Amino acid sequence: MKPPAPQIPAPVWSEFKDLQEWEKLHQERPEGDKASGLVESLFDTIEHFPGGWLAVTSTEKLFNWARKSSIWPVTFGLACCAIEMMATFASRFDVERFGMVTWASPRHSDLMIVSGTVTIKMAPMLKRIYDQMPDPKWVISMGSCANSGGPFRHGYHVVKGVDRVVPVDVYVPGCPPTPESLMFGILKLQDQVAAFQKTRKRAQPALHSD
Amino acid sequence: MTPDRAISLIQERFGLQAAGEGRSLTVEQLPVERWEEFFGFAKDTLGCRFFSFLTAVDWKEQGLEVVCRVENLDAGVGILAKCRLGADPRCPTLTRLYRGADWMERECYDMFGVRFDGHPDLRRILLAQDWEGHPLRKDYAVDTPHAPYR
Repeated sequence: MKPPAPQIPAPVWSEFKDLQEWEKLHQERPEGDKASGLVESLFDTIEHFPGGWLAVTSTEKLFNWARKSSIWPVTFGLACCAIEMMATFASRFDVERFGMVTWASPRHSDLMIVSGTVTIKMAPMLKRIYDQMPDPKWVISMGSCANSGGPFRHGYHVVKGVDRVVPVDVYVPGCPPTPESLMFGILKLQDQVAAFQKTRKRAQPALHSD
Repeated sequence: MTPDRAISLIQERFGLQAAGEGRSLTVEQLPVERWEEFFGFAKDTLGCRFFSFLTAVDWKEQGLEVVCRVENLDAGVGILAKCRLGADPRCPTLTRLYRGADWMERECYDMFGVRFDGHPDLRRILLAQDWEGHPLRKDYAVDTPHAPYR
């Protein structure tokens, strides 16, 4: 006697639409920075006032100092590099002295540390999280896999470098990089942030669209 | 059920010599027409009710080979059956016998392109639905530029 065929229907991939709907809503959002229009017009007025650039540039310096002293990275561990990243965040290396707090929400974060192999199936999710982060935002590509695909570069499933998906500010080499390397990358990023100039435009959405 | 008893039963019914050491038997060159019949026999007569795995091997010019292992956990006898497919890789499904074969056969279809006749829901399971090609085949060009993100 043969047992009956399975009765439980398999889940259908195309029915998982909730996150995709959110992504569409997000992409249809109007251009412009998240700061309110009032603050923007105030800055514009001051900047075009005679001698006003002095006030704007000095406040930019202040803002950049605040930005670089409180970089919140979104927790985005993908592979074994995430272990080193966790070690960097833990007490021995302690990046909290740079003002970094790992935050489990992209909507409150300034930095995404892509630590590990990005597969072609993961890339749309990475892009979605990047697009959810408020401007200004930065990306550190940590480890060989995120830089170029690493030892898995010739695999059929691996994105050959995360810079094909999102723009990257600092590349940290290593397989995996030691916590010291990552901290050096974070300090380099702080140097970049100190020289950050506001464009008053949203960052372009991720480079490739699917 | 002992390994010797299983060997003699397989020899009697299918005319195939099951090789193996100890409690693990291997049946080579099973005809593809008798694939499902063999596992029905293994399940009912030999008591192999545990479906261990199903996968495939690409032997290039000699075609694909489907490999499946089932086990009788009470007696500790495992049977590994192999079956060569022709130029058109089609194989009968085992989902009517083992429910666990559903996803294994979908993965095998995903990676090797083996079509399982009679499978209730033969779609890709790991790769995206719009993926082209079957990546674990030897003739799959790995470095082909392929949108998106490549």
